[in-house]
Amino acid sequence: MTSAVLSTDQLAPGQAAWRRFRRHRLALAGAVIILILVLGSALGPYLLPFDDTYIDIMKRFAPPLSGAHILGTDELGRDVLARLMMGGRVSLSIGIVAMVIAMAVGIAVGAFAGFYGGVVGAVLMRLVDAVLCFPTIFLLLALAALTEPGLVTTTVLIAATAWMAVARVVEAQVRSLREREFAVAALAFGSSNLRIMFRELVPNAIAPIVVAATLNVAKAILLESYVSYLGYGIQPPAASWGNMLNNAQIYLTSAPWLAIAPGLAITLAVTSFNFLGDGLRDALDPRMNIP
Amino acid sequence: MARYVANRLAQAIMLLVIVSAIGFAILHLAPGGPLSQFAASAQMTQEDLDRVTKQLGLDRPLPIQYLDWFGRMLKGDWGRSYRDGEAVLSVISSHLGATLELMATATIIAVLLGCWIGVLGALRRYSLFDTLATVGAMIALSIPTFWFGLVTIYIFSVKLGWLPAGNRETVGDGSFLDLLHHLIAPALVLALVETAMWGRFMRSSMLEVIHQDYIRTARAKGMPEWRILTVHALRNALLPMITVAGLQFPTLLGGALVAETVFTWPGMGRLFLDSIGYRDYPVVMGILMFSATMVLIGSLLADIFYAVVDPRIRVG
Repeated sequence: MTSAVLSTDQLAPGQAAWRRFRRHRLALAGAVIILILVLGSALGPYLLPFDDTYIDIMKRFAPPLSGAHILGTDELGRDVLARLMMGGRVSLSIGIVAMVIAMAVGIAVGAFAGFYGGVVGAVLMRLVDAVLCFPTIFLLLALAALTEPGLVTTTVLIAATAWMAVARVVEAQVRSLREREFAVAALAFGSSNLRIMFRELVPNAIAPIVVAATLNVAKAILLESYVSYLGYGIQPPAASWGNMLNNAQIYLTSAPWLAIAPGLAITLAVTSFNFLGDGLRDALDPRMNIP
Repeated sequence: MARYVANRLAQAIMLLVIVSAIGFAILHLAPGGPLSQFAASAQMTQEDLDRVTKQLGLDRPLPIQYLDWFGRMLKGDWGRSYRDGEAVLSVISSHLGATLELMATATIIAVLLGCWIGVLGALRRYSLFDTLATVGAMIALSIPTFWFGLVTIYIFSVKLGWLPAGNRETVGDGSFLDLLHHLIAPALVLALVETAMWGRFMRSSMLEVIHQDYIRTARAKGMPEWRILTVHALRNALLPMITVAGLQFPTLLGGALVAETVFTWPGMGRLFLDSIGYRDYPVVMGILMFSATMVLIGSLLADIFYAVVDPRIRVG
């Protein structure tokens, strides 16, 4: 018993983090569910005998578990499971790509603002504050209405409305790390400012950045579902989890399964990423380990 | 105090200028810019377009145009709706009441329920209740509001028939009970996310307070537990919630837009979506600017109110 306790102290930081993460059962469950959703969306369509855009008007509104269609068919007789899987490809890709763009912009803005401080920092951070004044959905819809809807536009617009939180996190981290010995040493060494920012400071802030990135995927998936549900995101016949719910309200009385499957998929994916982010926060931040 | 308020006010005005610049930039992003309504019409020749451009002053340098536009915004001239030529501000204000009604009801539910859950969770930390509340809050924050609305309509309107599926009142009725009947479902749907947020913040605020020295002192004095909790702990734990109210405001507004859409609630959010559908850019931009200004004022008021009730803030 005693030796087990002692050995914890000698673990490498990575191992200790993994140990803390394993204790967080909901985060583990989240990671497993994400893996299942990703694999299901990526490989599932190959295993299914139905095409997601194949219209079979004779078989419209088939309820789930009736015959060959496991999740039933929609108002045009398309297989709901096939659409759910193809929609998963779209929604999960948008979530991840929008996160990557938002992280790139947020890290760049945050690093510059935190490193240079002064007027540059103040101007950049006031810009962040100003964009945050717009309720995200209003801003996203206004921008989506002014542009041509589609996969690329939707992804870029979601990123454009989601980078500010990252910038705040990175700015605070870089501003405090800048004063630490290793950063001052790098400066004395003659490293360029850019090198100090992105080789020394940002890597040292990796823990909060990873957490922010995970939560950002959850947010992006949710935003995609909002814009596509409202008709300004992914356009039919292509499926996304959001636009599958687009028509569901009309058929709520006669075909409720059309609303249930995509909604559950969104909730499951977003919850999983949120729990994963929570678990990573506990695992990567040793200060949380004290209580 | 006066200095703190003046300082905070100056910051807010500076933010408003940046916000308006972003709004102006988006307006010019519209296909055809501010002239999109005319450009789409087949009856306008290029010559007409050029003349209108000159008449509206759109050939002037952008900074001048921006100052002009910003000045008119301050004076309350927000342009006219493409749809019926009504002034944008009066279109917005005619829909504002319904939205505020929905938001206020949802906030009352969320504050009461969220604070109760948060306090109880903090007092019985790591209990079954606390665990369930924490997990439940995370799930509530992950459910798309519109889908939760659809599920609510399916269960309570389609299956059980207890609540109306939408609208603010039955045509021809409109009594208080009828209004209340229509308000329940959208307000509860909007309150879900808010309750989760309030519960989470309240829990951590309460946890921070109950480990303070003055609580231990009160206990050592032999003060009854209920008095410690209500008079000493709760009062102090509620203070940071003022900031939470300010921070939550944008989310609440966004949630209202979605809830209004699902429940065909005749508020500002629905007006926004309808206007997008009609490509009614002056109203779209008006609502965008209006909501950003509301958020700005909300956070300003929250900060000032916080400084009024907690003197420690003013000094810093």
